[in-house]
Parts: sequence; C-alpha cells; structure tokens
Amino acid sequence: MQSFLDSWGITSMVFVPLLGAFIMMLIPEKEEELHKTIAFLATIVSAAIGILLLRNFDYDHTELFQFGVDRSWIDVINARYTVGLDGMSLPLVALTLLVTPLVIIYSWNHIPEPGNAKAFLMLILVLHTGMLGTFVARDLVLFFVFFEVVLLPMYFMIGVWGGEQRLYASIKFFLYTLFGSALMLVSFLALYKLTGAETFDIVRLSELVAEKGIPLSTQVLVFGGMFMGFGIKVPMFPFHTWLPDAHTQAPTQGSVILAAVLLKLGTYGFIRIALPILPAAAVEWAPWIGLLAVIGIIYGALGCLAQTDMKRLIAFSSVAHMGYVMLGIATLTDFGINAAIFGMVAHGLITGMLFFVAGSVKERYHTLEIARLGGLLVQAPKLGWILGITTMASLGLPGLAGFWGEFPVILASYDPAPGLSDTLFRVYMVIAAIGTVLAAGYLLWLLQRTAFGTPSEEFKNDPNIHDTVFTEWVAWVPMLILIVVLGFVPSLIFDVTDGPVQLISDMFVNGVDGSALGE
Amino acid sequence: MFALLAAETAEAATHSSLYDNVWLVPGLPALSFLLILFFGKKLPFKGAEIGLAAVGAAFLYALITMFTWIGDVQDSAAHGDEEEHSLVVEGLSVGSPVTGSPITESPITESPITESTASVVLTAEDSHGPPRGAAIVNEVEWFSIGSASGEAAHSDDGAEDHDEEAADDGHGASEYGKYPISIGTLVDGQSVMMLFVVTLVSLLVHLYSTEYVKGDRRYTHYFAFLSLFTASMLFMVLSSSTLQLIVGWELVGVCSFALIGHWWEEKPNSDAALKAFLTNRVGDIGLLIGMSILYFAAGRTFSIPRINELAVSGAIDKNTLMIAGTCLMAAVMSKSGQFILHTWLPDAMAGPTPVSALIHAATMVVAGVYMIGRLYPVFYIGFGMDGGSLNLMAFLGGLTTVGGGLLAFVQRDVKKVLAYSTVSQLGYMVLALGVGAYTAGMFHLFTHAFFKACLFLGAGSLSHACHHSFDMKSDMGGLRKVMPVTFATFVIGTLALAGIPPLAGFWSKDEILAGAGVWPGTEGNGTFTIPFIFGIMTAALTAAYMTRVIWLVFFGEYRGHEHPHESPKIMTIPLVILATLAVSVGFLNMPSPFVKAIGLPEGWAHRFEDWVEPASVSTFPSIKHANPSLSLAIFASFCALGAAGAVWMYYKRLYAKDPMATEYTAETGSIMANVAPLAMAHKVLEEKYYLDHLYTDAIAGGTKGPLARFANWTNQNILDGVVNLVGLLSAALGKFVYQFIDQGVIDGSVNATGKSASGLGGILRGVQSGQIRQYASLMFGAAALMAAVLIFAV
Repeated sequence: MQSFLDSWGITSMVFVPLLGAFIMMLIPEKEEELHKTIAFLATIVSAAIGILLLRNFDYDHTELFQFGVDRSWIDVINARYTVGLDGMSLPLVALTLLVTPLVIIYSWNHIPEPGNAKAFLMLILVLHTGMLGTFVARDLVLFFVFFEVVLLPMYFMIGVWGGEQRLYASIKFFLYTLFGSALMLVSFLALYKLTGAETFDIVRLSELVAEKGIPLSTQVLVFGGMFMGFGIKVPMFPFHTWLPDAHTQAPTQGSVILAAVLLKLGTYGFIRIALPILPAAAVEWAPWIGLLAVIGIIYGALGCLAQTDMKRLIAFSSVAHMGYVMLGIATLTDFGINAAIFGMVAHGLITGMLFFVAGSVKERYHTLEIARLGGLLVQAPKLGWILGITTMASLGLPGLAGFWGEFPVILASYDPAPGLSDTLFRVYMVIAAIGTVLAAGYLLWLLQRTAFGTPSEEFKNDPNIHDTVFTEWVAWVPMLILIVVLGFVPSLIFDVTDGPVQLISDMFVNGVDGSALGE
Repeated sequence: MFALLAAETAEAATHSSLYDNVWLVPGLPALSFLLILFFGKKLPFKGAEIGLAAVGAAFLYALITMFTWIGDVQDSAAHGDEEEHSLVVEGLSVGSPVTGSPITESPITESPITESTASVVLTAEDSHGPPRGAAIVNEVEWFSIGSASGEAAHSDDGAEDHDEEAADDGHGASEYGKYPISIGTLVDGQSVMMLFVVTLVSLLVHLYSTEYVKGDRRYTHYFAFLSLFTASMLFMVLSSSTLQLIVGWELVGVCSFALIGHWWEEKPNSDAALKAFLTNRVGDIGLLIGMSILYFAAGRTFSIPRINELAVSGAIDKNTLMIAGTCLMAAVMSKSGQFILHTWLPDAMAGPTPVSALIHAATMVVAGVYMIGRLYPVFYIGFGMDGGSLNLMAFLGGLTTVGGGLLAFVQRDVKKVLAYSTVSQLGYMVLALGVGAYTAGMFHLFTHAFFKACLFLGAGSLSHACHHSFDMKSDMGGLRKVMPVTFATFVIGTLALAGIPPLAGFWSKDEILAGAGVWPGTEGNGTFTIPFIFGIMTAALTAAYMTRVIWLVFFGEYRGHEHPHESPKIMTIPLVILATLAVSVGFLNMPSPFVKAIGLPEGWAHRFEDWVEPASVSTFPSIKHANPSLSLAIFASFCALGAAGAVWMYYKRLYAKDPMATEYTAETGSIMANVAPLAMAHKVLEEKYYLDHLYTDAIAGGTKGPLARFANWTNQNILDGVVNLVGLLSAALGKFVYQFIDQGVIDGSVNATGKSASGLGGILRGVQSGQIRQYASLMFGAAALMAAVLIFAV
C-alpha cells in the first residue's frame, strides 16, 4: 500500500476524475443517472485515495514534500512531472476533495438550465483534476498547465449554464485571468532563464535564486508578473471586477467551486511560488500588497452594502475576505501566513456554503433580489438557520472557522517581518479591524432583510417554497460540521501548515538583505 | 506564568481535582445547548428541563468551588496572619483598618522578621504554596504556531531563559513562536465570585422563564440560547488567556444578538439586535488591537497571568500599557455600556425581560468591568492610577454614571429606566476601578447583579400582570395592593440600588466613594475629585429616579385598563431569593471599624476583599486601600434620602392636585414648560443626547447609503470601465488578427474549437453560432497578444 501511495498516490488522485470524464464521454447523454453516478464515483475514488494519503502523511514532517514523484516530462525545457504533498498544500487538497463530491451530490436534482447533466458533470470533473493538480505541482510548468486547465471548464460552465448575462461574464472571467496568466508565464520563463535554464522545480529555483545573486530590481519585476497572475486570480483590488459578474452569472455549482477552491489558486501561488522563490522582492512588494489588501477589505465591504442582489453581495464579500488572506501573506510572518491558509480553507467552506444557500433560495423564490425576500426563517426555518450560522461564520465569529483567518491576521499585522514598516502595517491592522465591523454590518443586514421579518405578500402562499431537502442536507452537513469543528479545534489546520510556513517565515525573520544583492 | 505554574502544583495538591474540573461549569450548559437544540422539541417540557438541570448542576459546582476557594484563602490567611500580625498590628493606630496593611507585599522580603519567624514563614510557604489568592491555572495546548522552528522551543529551559527578555520587542529567530497557545481555566477570587453570580442568576432566570415565556412561539430556542449564553459567559469568566477571553466575549455577544432579536418577526426587535451587535463590534476593534499589543508586549503570549506579571514587574513599558489600556477601554465602552457607546443597551430591552435581567443587567454587560479586573495591572499602571487625579477610565465611568442616571429620569418605560440605571451603575463600577478601588468595583459588580436582576425580574412580573406593557404612565399605578410580593421585592431592590443603609448597594457604593480618596481621611490611591463629584451626584440621582418609578408604578391610582394580578409562585420565588440577597450580601464586606463598633468579631470585616482580591505579589499591583469614613457614609446616604424625599414630595403634591396625573401639565402648573433651560435639558434627555441620530442616521446611514453607493459606482464605472475598454480594444485587435493575419491557421483552429465544443455534447446549442466565432476570435487574439509579450520579454 505504502509503495502504491508513494509512487502513484497523488497521480491517481489527480487523474481519476479525468478518467471518469473520459468514460462519461463514451456514454450517451440520456443516461443521466449513470452520468451522475460515474461522476460521483470518480470524485469519491479520488477522495478515497486522498484520505489514504492523508492517513499515511507524516505529520511530524509537514514541511517536507511527501509521496513525491519526479519523472521526466518535457525534456527540451527541463520541465518535469514533479508532484508532492506538504503541509501547505494538504489542507487545500483536502478542501477540494471535499467540495467537489458535495457539489455533485447537490447537482443530483439541481442541474441548472439548459440541462445536459453529462457535459455539466464532465466539466466539474475536469475542473477537479485541474484544481488538485495545481495544489500538488512542484514544477512551474506543470503548475501553469494545471492552473490553466481550470479556466476552460469554468468558462463553459458560466457561459452555458449561467444567468442572463452569462456571455459577458464568462468572457470577462476567461480573458481577465488569461491576461494575468500570460504575465505570470513570462515571469516563470524569466526565472528559468535567469537561473541558468536548469530547472522549473520550485524548491530548486528557490535555492538557485539565492545562489545566483539576481539583482533586486530584476527580482522585483519578475515578482510583478507573478503578482499580476496570482493577484487577478485571488482577486485583489483593483483586479476584482471579473468576480462579481462571474459569481452572479455562474450556476450555483460554479459559484461554489469558484469561491471554495478557484480563488485559492491565486493565494496559494503567492505562498507556494512567489514568496519562497523571491523573498527579497516579496519584502519590496509586501507593503503594496498589504495596501491593496486593506483597500480590498474596506472596498469589498462597502460594495456589499450597496448590493441589491444576494449573490452579488456574497461575491463582493469574497473580495473583502480575500483581503484578509492577502494581508496575512503580506506580513510575511508565521502567524500571518498560517492564518492566511486557514482563511483560505475557512473562506472556501463558508462562502461555498453561502453560495449553496443562495442557490437554494433562488430555486425557491426565483429571485435573489434582497428587497423582495424576507421571512425565510418563517417559510423555511432550517434553511434560515443555516444562513444564520453561515453569516455568523463569515463575519468571523469565534467558535466558527472564519475567526481564525481574521484575528491572527490582525494580530500579525502589528508586528510584520523585519524590513517592513511597523507603523504602516499597524495602520493596516486598524483598517482591517474596522473591516470586521463592516463585515458584521453587511452580513447581518443581509440576514435581517432575508431571514427575519415576515414573508412578503408575493411569496406568502407560494407552494414552491419548502424547507431543505435531502440532497441539500447531504451536501451541506459536512461543510457545516467542518465550519464548527475548525472553529473550536484550529490546530487541525495550524498544526499541519505550520511546518512549511516556518520554512517561509524563517526566510524573513532575520531580514532579507536586498541591498546585498546589488542593483 | 512559569513561577505561577510551579507554585500551582503545590496548591493544586489540596483541591486539585475540584479546580481541575472547573471546566465542567461552562461545559454542562454547553452540552445542554446542543441537547436542547437537537432534542428539545421532543421533550415533555420542550427542553427547559435540560437547561434547568445543566445550569443547576453548574451552580452547585460553582458553589462548592466557591466555598473551597474561601476555605483555602482563609487557611492561608490564617497562616499568613501569624507573621503579618507581628509586623502589622503594632504599626497601626487604633481605628485604622487592617486593610491598610501591605498585604500585597511579600512578607518575606519586606518585613524585618527575625530568624525564627523567617523559618515559620518559609515552612508556611512550603506547605501552602502560593500566597493568598494566587490564581490556579490549568491549561491544555489549543494550537501552536512556530513549533517547527526548533524543537528546543518546547523545552522548559527555553522558556525559562526567555523569561528575562520576553518583554523586549526584538526580532530574533528565537523570538518566534516560543509559546504554544493554550486554552484553560483560571481559578481565583474574581473568577470564583463571577461563577457564583452567573450560575445563580442564570438558574433563577431559567426558573422564572419557564412561566414568563410559557407558550412562546420559540420556547425551545429561547432555552437553547439561554444555555449557550450561560456557557459562553462562564467560558469567558474562566479564561486563562486573552485569546480565550476574546472568544468568550464574542460568543456572549452573539447570544445577546439572538436573544434581543428573539421576536425577529417585528423589525424594531431585529433592529435592536443588529444595533447591539454592531455597536459591540465597534468596541471590539479596540479589543482585538489592545490584545494584539499586549500579546507582543508580553513576548508573544496570550497568558493573562503572564501579562499581568510583566506589567507589574515593569517589564512592559508604561506607555505601551497605556495604549493597550486605551484600546481595551473601547471594548469596555461597548460591552459595558459606557458613554458614548452605551446606546445599544436601552434598545436591547426589546428582548424578553428575563434575558434583560440575566444578560443586559447582571452578567454580560459586566464583562467589560470583569475584563478590566482581569487585566488590572495593565490599566492600573498604564493609566497611572497610583497617586493620579484623573484618568480615562475614572472620567469615563464618572461621565457614564451621571449621564445614564439623568436619562433614566425621562423614560416612560420601566425597563428603560432600569436599562439606563444599569448604564449608570456600570459607570460606577468603571469609576471604582478607575480610581484604583479594585475591590470596591468588584464588590459593586457583585451586589448590583442581585438587586438589578431582582428589579428586572420585578419589572417582568409587572408586565406579566399588565398585559405585556412596560409603560409606567399609561398602564401602571397603585399596584402595591394587587401585587404585594412584587411590590415588596421591588422596593427592596430599589433601596439597595439607591444605596440606602444597610442594604447591599450601600456598602459597595460607600466603598467606591471612599476609594476616590477625596473625603478627608479616606486616602485612596490618589485624589480623584471629578469622579468623586460624579459619584455623589449619582447617589442622589439614583435615589431620585427610582423613587419616581416606585411612585408611578405602585402608588397613585391605577391608570391601565386591565385587571392586574400577582404573578405565580414560580416567578415570585426568584424575586424573593434575589431580594434576600439584595439585603444581605452587603454585609460580606463591612469595614472593620464598623465591625468593631457593633461588636462583631474581627473576622467579619472585609471578607469579600480577602476572598476576591489577589494578595499575591507577582500578578497584582500594590494598590492602596482607602479608609472607610463614617461621615462620608452619612453624607452620601443623606444625599440619596434627600433626593428621594424631594421626588416623593413632588409626586405627593401632584397627586393632591390630580390623582391620575403623572407629570405637571399646563393645568397642574408645569415647571418644565415655564423654565426654558429646563425644557431644553428635558428635550436633550428625551433625544438621548442625540447620539442615536448621530449613529443611526449619520454614521450607519452614511455608510450604507452614499459611501457604499459611491464605492459601487466606482466599481461599475471606473474599474470596470477600464476592464471593458481593454476588452473592447483586444476584441478589435482580435478581429484584426483574425481577418488579416494568418487567417488560415486561425481559421483552422476556430473550426477545431467549434468541433470540439460540439463534441462535448452540443453544450453550446444555446449560444448563437455567430457569437461563438466572435468569442473564439477574441480568445485567439488574446493568445496572440500573449505570444507577442513572451517573445519580447524573454
């Protein structure tokens, strides 16, 4: 077993969903139940392998890449098929493995218009492979490929199964992220050339950059390309405008995957690639990243307050929440980065849940216009309760997962890594803390307007409005349980992420001396 | 912490398992919450029985813990007395209290003891462990960050070495992540006192609620949240770390939100709930920042004893403490209803009345006061209370106590009067802590919990009788005859609140006034003139507005249209218990001259102080204790009685003119209308100093309205405008590339895309074919752009 996991574990986990998609391709479209079963099985097998990996993972050495595989791939450019799992990727892999099957369960009786379960589920499976692959890739080219594989299925998902403005939204999503990716790829290639065209291996590149003494100004430029690629994906203010459109137009499943996993590809890129490879440039960029992060926190919150559509409001809240994650990363400290990873997982679960609920509200009321809703707790008490718990989690209530992505970030901003201005980051800290008030404001206001009160005349006697159904329970309960459990037992994530995060934060602890690199 | 932990082992040997398992006190209500939530509706009493049982058990545990603690303290005090007497008694003139003795100083280092006594002391130290009142901390690791940076960090040696330099804010590798973050319990006088108060009031409120909310639309949820609240509050009370305190602090806030908004169908209720939560969040900004500052100042630890120890020893810079303390005061302002963040508290009365008694009078709102006490060295040293004359805390407390008291005057709603009275009394507590009178503040917290809970439950009983109205002017009057039990208990609560001797409020209020150190002979930590004046004013105000309530509710003629009746036993029994406590608990902390004068044994004096105030050297500042003053007590009581008498006369004369009147009007001769400044003042009070207009209309409205709309407009027109422009330009470019350059290749690719897309199962059938080409061309245009960038850049 161990030998299988060591050599094939990660690979099979990543590619089984793709295999499932191929099988589905051969089966006619009308066999809907069969398609759902295959898609579900594919993700379950993938998750089962993932659980085996998690069980055999050596938690005493979370900083090491485990179950690593290193095979030759594109020899011409020294790109290799290098994958591995460490404490930083593990929580995100686990999140992906959890969310996709739940989305498929939810799809069982929620295939959005215009139907066609076969194509819809195939796209989800391709997405699954792309997302998992991104989190386990250790080679920049491989990372890039997986990173881009994710784009196309999501593009089709929004463009075909989306709302009224789906075409605009999908094109915007696709081109915007592609634009960032292009710059990111330039940076990858530049790194490759600058370090002597030897390797695309992330760990090796990190060492090579330190050895070769690349001028700081070049490093800063290269970092800039990555910043664009990852920053758009996060998305950071002011590159976030694709997000509200994509979220609002995407079908529920698309929104959930987008919020739960896709946004994390960008933040993950920062801590997996940008920071460790270019620490000196990271110190130069960190104040600016921090600035954009706190602007995003306030701006996203204000945007939320102005929304009249529930789904668009939740989408804007992502901008604010990812602001906390980016601020945590910008502190370049162990607390900040650990909290950022926690924040990614927490945001994935919580905002994923919010989109699920929004989808179910839409299905019942056929509208998400906040002004027309109200009294959800009267008509569908359980759904209302779930919305209540999730909004509480989203506003960072202690005892629920959201808190650990928020308070430690605020804490870390008080004392950022050496080389960063304490005063500046303390200003960021205060702004971020003010953001928690605004977050409570827009979320509770949403709750008040949708869940409290009494149903309007329009929906009072609508027979279509019913409480949660079985597939919803099955899809949601694991996420809700995790939101609560992680809130009380944060060590479940912190203990795993801390090892690799220390490797990164240690780079900054004694100060990265950029001037020694020479200009 | 480490010194404490070492010492703790010795002490814990005595009652270790009791103190170790004190987590059961919050644990049982937490379990009860889950059980009620999932099974409550299926049970015969709809979940109330689980809540009652759990809180009852928690109360018993708290009670046993309290008596054990008192026993322990008195044991060590008895040992301590042997050597303390030798040096203290001779140094004191007759009549001055023993409280003046340097009990906060270690007798070993400070006293000129002989060899033989020294050995006695040391053996006492050996067998008895920590000094009197030292906290007993019991922690488990919650999570840790920085464990991997060095295994050595976990060893005890590393921690010991770190002790000395912990306070400097350096950035060494060793500095990072030394301390695992713990969760646990901290048992000391203050927390034991609070456990008793919370569990007792909660138990009585549970009992009372079974009748009060009978038949409510959400009876089960109500009890579930009462349990959750009790658990969260107890969790916060037992916090051994500031992080745990934050968690508990916010959890009680959310329970308060849920219970204020219990009847959320009506918008005013959910508005009040939102207001409470958001105002508290504003204060929480200060909490999060203040605790962050302390975390780093204390060398990356959340441990409360450790922070206190470093603050006392001077290892943390005084300025840092001042800044942290100021930030934390924001949290106190919101949670404990201090000016100017108090406005949520009166609105919180939208919740069921037992909730007001438990959460918004007796327990949760004192969390801010409790937190000050928990981190007292931070505030005491940071605000320079030693020998100071005025500081933020004392001033804020003073302002609140008078400001709240004035507002209580103009309310029609009996619950609102009590709410503003709570604001005012919380101000008293903060004032006490602000002038360095720690015990006085804690003692007032203790006594206030009982008489204010008594008054609130009394108000609930009134409304139960008067068909859910709280309006004193239109629905009450003359109720003393029909509701004798409620009347008696309400009057007792009033007398206690007004500080009439010898009821509970008198003793605690008197101590606070003495603590200000203004009255001749009291000699507190400094001379706090302004807070003292505020305090005296409030003594008069409190008596006056409560007299008004008593008159309007119980005297005169009944003005309502119902047939009021006394409430059932299950509601009046809690009232009687609380009234009894309101009479009696004040005797727990009598000053020693008084005890001597009435011929009681010396052991009866300042018991509360002995039990609650930590006498250990390392985690508590050496505060001075003011001398009690008989003349001050007489003066303050006279002020209260005088004010009460004046109000009484006012209503008496009004009654003579018109038995149904509740205020002077044009016919009865209006004072208010005839004196312009008074009328203006009345208007300002009725508008609650216009603060609600500022918050709701200007700040919240401004953010939700223009500011948010502006942000959205920017988003849609400027940021998105750029994106759309880029999109259009690249579309044009794409078209250009598509039509003129390399048409063959691209055409082929487009067709291939089209084919593969339809190969996916015709999923694009909803999309018009013309558009496909357009978008495909866009995609390939972008790809071409990317290729160009690559070629030029690499």
